[in-house]
Amino acid sequence: MSWLSDKFSSTLSGGPSKESPSWQWFYRLGSPRWFYQRSGQWLPWLSLVALLVLATGLVWGLAFAPEDAKQGNSFRIIYIHVPAAFLAQSGYFIMAIAGAIGLIWKMKMSYMVMKAAAPIGAVLTFIALFTGAVWGKPTWGAYWVWDARITSMLILLFLYAGVMALQYAYHSVDAASRASAILALVGTVNIPIINKSVDWWYTLHQPATIKLTSAPSMHMDMFMPLLVMIVGFYLFYAVALILHTRNEILRRERKTSWVRELVTAKAGG
Amino acid sequence: MASQAARKMDSGFAAWLRRDLLLAYRRSGEVASPVIFFIMVSTLIPLGLTPEAAQLEKVAAGMIWVMALLATLLSMDGLFTSDYQDGSLEQMLITPQLLPLPLLGKITAHWLTTGLPLTLVSPLLGLMLSLPSVGYLPLVCSLALGTVCLSLVGAVGAALTVSLRKGGLLLSLLVMPFYMPVIIFGTATVSYAVDGLNWLPPLAILGAMFAASVALCPLAAAGALRVTASN
Repeated sequence: MSWLSDKFSSTLSGGPSKESPSWQWFYRLGSPRWFYQRSGQWLPWLSLVALLVLATGLVWGLAFAPEDAKQGNSFRIIYIHVPAAFLAQSGYFIMAIAGAIGLIWKMKMSYMVMKAAAPIGAVLTFIALFTGAVWGKPTWGAYWVWDARITSMLILLFLYAGVMALQYAYHSVDAASRASAILALVGTVNIPIINKSVDWWYTLHQPATIKLTSAPSMHMDMFMPLLVMIVGFYLFYAVALILHTRNEILRRERKTSWVRELVTAKAGG
Repeated sequence: MASQAARKMDSGFAAWLRRDLLLAYRRSGEVASPVIFFIMVSTLIPLGLTPEAAQLEKVAAGMIWVMALLATLLSMDGLFTSDYQDGSLEQMLITPQLLPLPLLGKITAHWLTTGLPLTLVSPLLGLMLSLPSVGYLPLVCSLALGTVCLSLVGAVGAALTVSLRKGGLLLSLLVMPFYMPVIIFGTATVSYAVDGLNWLPPLAILGAMFAASVALCPLAAAGALRVTASN
């Protein structure tokens, strides 16, 4: 029973017994130990599915999708560029929502997810910018163009950098988490501006190709592998987020008995 | 009884505004430095780019805006620092009033001592950088609205970094992305006027940004101070 009490004392003052069963998963999710054990079970399957979907999308997109009439084979970088840009933006929302959950329900687990989401999102933003630059050279004749969407992606990279810098600036874990959660929430104000920027400062970049409300303006044979790649990137993001979060759990909970047991068991075995 | 009721009604806005203005008046040397910075950097532009009026004319509006932004950023660091060091920030945190209102008083005082002087000096810099004379009024209007946004957003950054020893550089890093929309529409206002277009639409967007930040930034800064000042 002792593990039970230290498991829940860290999350919310009321134990799970007082709450209705339908909410129990929410409280359980707040327990780093429960999350660590459960995610350990999910992780192999999730990684396998992510790998399969990514491999399918890549082979389909790079080898079997038809060539673009104007851009030839150089358009194929879209299968990396667009999913990375997608995840870079949703990743910011995931980070901010995790921070908001932490601020509202005082769940330390969601602060760990927030901290884990920042570097992943930053790397994806960088990938989107880098592939965009590589794609820009044959298409526009320049690696870097000061276009609205490129600039807003760069601003997004700065926003990620700010959250990460603030996270590392504080020695106290609690202050670091809450301060960067507030910053992440303030930063979400910038995301609608990023999305609106296409309409505001339309310059060189083509307008958004994928719209949820209308049919895609891409050919279906080109679009399907892109869709597969986007799903694959989401799965990959989930795997990366879980791995980073598990790392953070072990780092923050290193003084608890269950982590010590885990480490000694690993060392002994 | 009446005075007691009046004291209860006072939100703390006026008291903090008066206090900060008084402090600024007593340290007027410090208050002048953003404006001096603003003027001095504008001397670098002809030296670094070109003294030709035709070239300067094109970059004048953007340059004045960039300099105003940097001058505000430099002054932002001091918004809470001395209050944090002498303990008056903690006194503010434990007052029964709603925290955003005294903060708004402080931010207003900050704008009156940095943003407003920058705005008033800007036509002079426009003259020196050969900005066409149709651009003066849009420049002053856009700076007047825009620097309020800069002060408000900067206050959130200042609140997030107040207890850090080397907060100044981090503050610039955190706040700079949020300044970018302001500078886009600030310079758009001036360049629209110079190109002979209607410059009110970008100014109206600046006004919308001002309205949004005056409503949200004091709340965010209050939340941030509750986190950081207790550490």
